Amino acid sequence: MKAEDLRAINAARAAREAVAYVVPLAGGPGRIVERGADDPLAEPLQALFATGKSRRLEGAAQDGGDLFARIYRPSPRLVIVGAVHAAQVLAPMAAACEFAVTIVDPREAFAAADRFAGVSIVAEWPDADVLALDAETAVATLSHDPKIDDPALQIALNAGCFYVGALGSRKTHAKRVERFVAAGFGEEAIGRIHAPIGLNIGSATPAEIAVSILAEIIEALRKGGR
Amino acid sequence: MADPAIAADDPLAIAARWQSEGRKVAIATVVDTWGSAPRAVGSHLVIDSDGAFEGSVSGGCVEGAVIAEAMEIAQGAPAKVLEFGVADETAWEVGLSCGGTIRVFVEQLDPTA
Repeated sequence: MKAEDLRAINAARAAREAVAYVVPLAGGPGRIVERGADDPLAEPLQALFATGKSRRLEGAAQDGGDLFARIYRPSPRLVIVGAVHAAQVLAPMAAACEFAVTIVDPREAFAAADRFAGVSIVAEWPDADVLALDAETAVATLSHDPKIDDPALQIALNAGCFYVGALGSRKTHAKRVERFVAAGFGEEAIGRIHAPIGLNIGSATPAEIAVSILAEIIEALRKGGR
Repeated sequence: MADPAIAADDPLAIAARWQSEGRKVAIATVVDTWGSAPRAVGSHLVIDSDGAFEGSVSGGCVEGAVIAEAMEIAQGAPAKVLEFGVADETAWEVGLSCGGTIRVFVEQLDPTA
């Protein structure tokens, strides 16, 4: 590996950008390919970037030999909007799965730090600066209040978050869809919202709801998002 | 807002630091796994020419053999792919107790480029 390639990889990781290092296994210099770059290997790499998995690319080298594509994808973040009961359970579970967790809720009584030991809490309205979203971030809105949830969901869709989920019944979601259509969001964008949030495992308690949400987020992380 | 993107004990951050200190470095990466393998494809172990290392490519089962090869590669020997598994005749010494097979690619961190 060239020293300059190592510097580029470490710089991309520090900036939370996804890159691949592609190297011929028979020896010879490797090279860096950025996510989304116009490149002969763009197609196979796109699939790897979607799941974050590194893999041998058989016969893909110039001489017909194998390449190895090492995918560097930033560690995932989870932003939970709404410091509600389910969030109290979801936050530590997600942290155990190595997500960097932030909870955003402008209602200070909900966002009280002693309800969320060891988690980053932001008691502000969810605007783009507060949320600081990127493609490696999952967003789950749990507040049940459209004034809080809607802006967060819209910012998440625009930021290309790998997972966007919204708590609420089908009826609640149907009304949300009407508001988002009126706000100019297309069918494809709205279709990326997981709603009702979470895998359908019949969750009955806040902890069980947290399990179903986290499982759905991990599915999007490991198998590729919508 | 979030934690630093790169942990203090990150192998590639350590490789960069070692090189800036003038040490000769090799990077080992898991490129294939079959069966039950302890570390995922893409896992890194970084090694210097004195045998110092950080990271892992297995649960500790084959690191010794990788380090021995990597010390040569850090000093300029050609890159190579090493294979370890129960079918390997040296399995008793450096095989994977879990019964898996792994291949590890080892290349020099080229100080000239």
